[in-house]
Amino acid sequence: MSTLLEVRNISLSFKGVKAISDLSFAVRRGEICALIGPNGAGKSSLLNILNGVYRADAGELVFDAERLHRPHPLTAARLGIGRTFQNNALFKNMSVLDNLLTGLSRFQRSFFIEQALGLPRARREARVFAERAEQVLEFLELQPWRDVAVGSLAYGLQKRVELGRALIAQPTLLLLDEPMAGMNAEEKQEMSRFIADINRDLGATVILIEHDIKVVMDLCAHVVVLDYGRKVGDGTPAEVQANPDVIAAYLGTVHG
Amino acid sequence: MTTTTARLTASFDDAPLTLVRRRWPLGLALLLLVAFVALPLLGDDYWLNAILIPFLVLSLAGLGLNLLTGYTGQTSVGAAGFMAVGAFATYGLLLRVPGIPLPLALVGGGLIAAFLGMLFGIPSARIKGFYLMVTTLAAQFFIEWVFAKFPWFYNYASSGTISAPRLELFGYSLASPVGRYLLTLSCVVLLTWVAVNLVRSQTGRNWMAIRDMDTAAAVIGIPVDRYKRLAFAVSSFYLGIAGALWAFAYLGTASAGSFDINRSFQILFIIIIGGMGSIAGNFVGAAFISLMPIFLNHAGQWLFGGNVDAGQLQNLQKILFGTLIIVFLIKEPEGLVRLVGNLRDRLRTWPLRF
Ligand SMILES: Nc1ncnc2c1ncn2[C@@H]1O[C@H](COP(=O)(O)OP(=O)(O)OP(=O)(O)O)[C@@H](O)[C@H]1O
Ligand SMILES: [Mg+2]
Repeated sequence: MSTLLEVRNISLSFKGVKAISDLSFAVRRGEICALIGPNGAGKSSLLNILNGVYRADAGELVFDAERLHRPHPLTAARLGIGRTFQNNALFKNMSVLDNLLTGLSRFQRSFFIEQALGLPRARREARVFAERAEQVLEFLELQPWRDVAVGSLAYGLQKRVELGRALIAQPTLLLLDEPMAGMNAEEKQEMSRFIADINRDLGATVILIEHDIKVVMDLCAHVVVLDYGRKVGDGTPAEVQANPDVIAAYLGTVHG
Repeated sequence: MTTTTARLTASFDDAPLTLVRRRWPLGLALLLLVAFVALPLLGDDYWLNAILIPFLVLSLAGLGLNLLTGYTGQTSVGAAGFMAVGAFATYGLLLRVPGIPLPLALVGGGLIAAFLGMLFGIPSARIKGFYLMVTTLAAQFFIEWVFAKFPWFYNYASSGTISAPRLELFGYSLASPVGRYLLTLSCVVLLTWVAVNLVRSQTGRNWMAIRDMDTAAAVIGIPVDRYKRLAFAVSSFYLGIAGALWAFAYLGTASAGSFDINRSFQILFIIIIGGMGSIAGNFVGAAFISLMPIFLNHAGQWLFGGNVDAGQLQNLQKILFGTLIIVFLIKEPEGLVRLVGNLRDRLRTWPLRF
């Protein structure tokens, strides 16, 4: 399998405090790669670099054989990098359906004036978008909440809507930041199933941040372990579990 | 599951074009009939001049500001400034472009206002919230100053005012109250239809996404800065046309002072009271703002006879409005439209509760 993403010597610091130091690893096309590590290890910061929310101090990214020099969130979105956030980042006053539809912005071709006047191309595009949104609603079993304002949904459902918003854009690479945090066992299983389906049927490569080691073992063939912004492990789940550095990183640290 | 996901990957471009016939709700058709036929026939000049025309123009201005503030989340206190641009630009076009038809002059005035709005929207890429509001305040004062300071804009009139030029369409004069009312109404209906299209489109969703969380909007591929500027431009287009109508269909004679900061606040109050992020709310808010003073006047007369002087009544009005604004901001940020909606829901389910 070819390499989809290569992280080369990335470093990032906040006001002199190192969050990520000299980090390198590669993600193969089509795999689910887990990113694990104790709290504050720099996992979320790395995702933020990957889709341009933060800018790395040093290093480079190669995505789909293309060098990305300090990507902007928009460039990342256009290249097909989708993302969910650790603390939900939904549009809370909009309905579930509208939230999903915003995810299609990168496919928008009709001009605003066509939409304003309801011209044929805009109407056709709107209908195609609506159909796709219905498909995603169905896939994620969200139809009962179709027209509900997202802000009033339960936390677990919000996580699912956010996954849908990223999914509808047909991402090549999907970055999931703790999509199962705060869920009970049953919800976690459901979410795992969705992620596996998205990976297998849609061919999306996934980078998954997850603290629950059982979920990681079930879903991922590749695990990267961070501690204090450094990579301490990189391999199959079994290799990583046997790695003394990884065990040391987790000993005595609190994580949830 | 597999079939669903397989369909998900289907291409975007192969959808056939089918024309969806929209059903016109009966209520809307009736409303339009009343507005276009019954009111001009039945309404007297006072009603048309003093109540309906300003109500419609204020609704339109509210609509313009609401697209920017209610839908895109960019608070502006410079609404009247862009109304002034529309008024003076339309005036200039009618005056200096021989034979230009009125609709073209109005659209031209709107476009000039839109361009200026877009320029004043550029800082929105960098500054947010309170500081952005301050730049719109600066825009308001700057624009007011320009139109008072440079006589070219008011064609060197010694009064410093601009007055209604030939209001005519295809040779028909629109100078009568009914004519000015129908002109205003047509603009408002057309632009409301456009606004409804917009807020239901991808553009509208992009605006609301930016309002709710702009980082996430950028991450999912919405060009945030561009859509903010677009909101400024579209909003100013609406305000510009509202300004021209305010000057020529309502006031007849206007000056920079007709579009001062108080007018900006009035428009802002309309959308706060009516409902942020609602199209109907602008009409409710504008009705409230323009009818309330009349109602209070009558109530004052009726309650106290002639014992209260007009000045005191005006103060009373201000206090009332101030209180209402505070109540709405705290209790019902979605405005009167929301209150009415809640009431309707309750009435609908009312028998079921027993
Ligand atoms: N915007 C920011 N400003 C300042 N410091 C930050 C910022 N974002 C992250 N950090 C710091 O960078 C370090 C890494 O944080 P990060 O959120 O990436 O960790 P994480 O591995 O995602 O942790 P968790 O498991 O708790 O989500 C932490 O020390 C954090 O305090
Ligand atoms: Mg994190």
